[in-house]
Amino acid sequence: MERVFEIERISFLYNGKKVIDDFSMVLEAGMSYGVLGPNGSGKTTLVDLIINHRQPVEGRIQYKGEPLSSYTRKALSREIALVPQNFYINFPFTAREVVMMGRYPHMPRFSAPSYGDTRVVQDIMEKTETLAFENRYVTQLSGGERQRVIFARALAQEAPVLVLDEATSNLDINHAISLMKMAAQRVRQEQKTVISVMQDMNLAAAFCNYLIFLRQGKVVAHGPVNEILTRETLWAVFGVESKVYFEPYLGSLQVIFKK
Amino acid sequence: MTKKESQAGTFHSIHGSLSLWGQLILLSLLLAAVIIASAGLGYIKIPFMDVVRVVLSKISGHATLLGDMDKLFPVVVVDVRLPRILTAAIVGAGLAISGVVFQGILLNPLADPYTLGVSAGAAFGASLGILFNISFMGTWSVPLFAFLGALFTLLFVIYLSASSGGLSSNNLILSGIIVAAILSAGISFLKYVADEQVSVIIFWLMGSFGSKTWADVFLVFICVSFGFVVFIYFSRDLNLLSLGNRSASSLGVDTKRMPLILLITASLVSAVCVSVSGIIGFVGLLIPHMMRSFTGPDNRKLIPVSLLTGAILLLFADTVTRAILPHEIPIGVITALIGGPFFCYIFRKRQTAKVW
Repeated sequence: MERVFEIERISFLYNGKKVIDDFSMVLEAGMSYGVLGPNGSGKTTLVDLIINHRQPVEGRIQYKGEPLSSYTRKALSREIALVPQNFYINFPFTAREVVMMGRYPHMPRFSAPSYGDTRVVQDIMEKTETLAFENRYVTQLSGGERQRVIFARALAQEAPVLVLDEATSNLDINHAISLMKMAAQRVRQEQKTVISVMQDMNLAAAFCNYLIFLRQGKVVAHGPVNEILTRETLWAVFGVESKVYFEPYLGSLQVIFKK
Repeated sequence: MTKKESQAGTFHSIHGSLSLWGQLILLSLLLAAVIIASAGLGYIKIPFMDVVRVVLSKISGHATLLGDMDKLFPVVVVDVRLPRILTAAIVGAGLAISGVVFQGILLNPLADPYTLGVSAGAAFGASLGILFNISFMGTWSVPLFAFLGALFTLLFVIYLSASSGGLSSNNLILSGIIVAAILSAGISFLKYVADEQVSVIIFWLMGSFGSKTWADVFLVFICVSFGFVVFIYFSRDLNLLSLGNRSASSLGVDTKRMPLILLITASLVSAVCVSVSGIIGFVGLLIPHMMRSFTGPDNRKLIPVSLLTGAILLLFADTVTRAILPHEIPIGVITALIGGPFFCYIFRKRQTAKVW
């Protein structure tokens, strides 16, 4: 498999405290990674380092064989798309305008959207079921609707890497599943890499094929879902009693927690 | 069906950009009309056709165009009225586009050079320059002091209002008003110690376009044009900034450098406007707000449309006070009288509905 990210012994300090501590990992194309861990375990910081929004104080990150820092921001915006956790939009753009912003990295600074750009946006808005409110202001949409618009914007970027930072946290189960399915489909068919920070263990088990568990900035455990998602791991990471079992109805592992 | 719809989408976007050009052409024509009308109005009434003939003969260099016109008319139009008219229009344009940019960068629809204290900072800097009679850079000395005053004020206001959660609307405006209050006291103090220069400072602070020269026109034209080019260049990045820093960064915006460049440029533009005309409040707040409801928040449309509308409205206001009212009222007073209540209205609306 093609190596997309090679992360070598990175650390990051936040207010003098190590939030990422000696983290190493290789991320490959055609894989869907789930990043899990308790609040404050450094998941969002890890995402910031991967998208080059922040730079590690130690260690290095290579993207497709080149140092991540050697890419221009513009070049990187064609490689990595982000669905952020915080998605407040301050001005009344319409939903369609926001999705079109995902095409900006592919459009010259002063040109209008090409036929191709418009087609991509149309197609993705259809699939994400955001066409129904394409002309409404994002400031007037519900939290879940807005999150779908942001998701659509990231898909419109057509980048080989898709980073989801708790992208489904505000969604109802129907839309959460359909968006995760769309991401998973791009992993299978287009060999994309999806990195999702998640809270929902069962959604992660169903849609990711590799899990990374963080605790206090360190990787506590990582591996393919079927090997790593165990009672012992969950106890070590979250300190909760659980039962992990194979669910034939879903075709994947599932977790239930003890009260 | 998909194909048909997307074609309709393409058509729509072309139609959208056409109507932007339509708007710009319409506004340009309106601006030209207001300039000509304004040049004809005043103590000496000059027929509009004569104004056009004077301007054409000046541009082309053909004195024959003037014909048997009153010899006084060209002097009144070219030496007295046009400098004032063009300064007013360019200052209006400058204040409006720097308002758009302040609002876009600070993600705050209540931001403008006046509410952020930038105008007061510029005025304080300029007063210092006038008081100490600094002229090592000729006509550019006072504008330079205004710019430095504006820049330091802006940085201080941002420092005051910055919290871990970014810049909140209310903190920012509150800090701006507080700093502006301190600076106005400082300006009063400068006036108190100024002695002989006091009349110069007071006259300038009143905010007026009276007795402007072609040198003033040239100065504001250079700075506002420069600002406009910079703003337009970054207008798409400014759109992305409204998605938040992380998203903007992931879409290719340099979220550290770009806001800094724009804030400095917007301070420069508003400072030069202030240094030429005194403090004229609320133009940078009012115009972008009104225009946003026509063009939407897309800065690529909002900036040029605000540029022209700002020019038209400030020139209109200046013409009213110069040629129509029985006594000339300082232009800053008029814009504050109209803009202040408007500010209250937006502020109140924001308290009741969390929608901009």
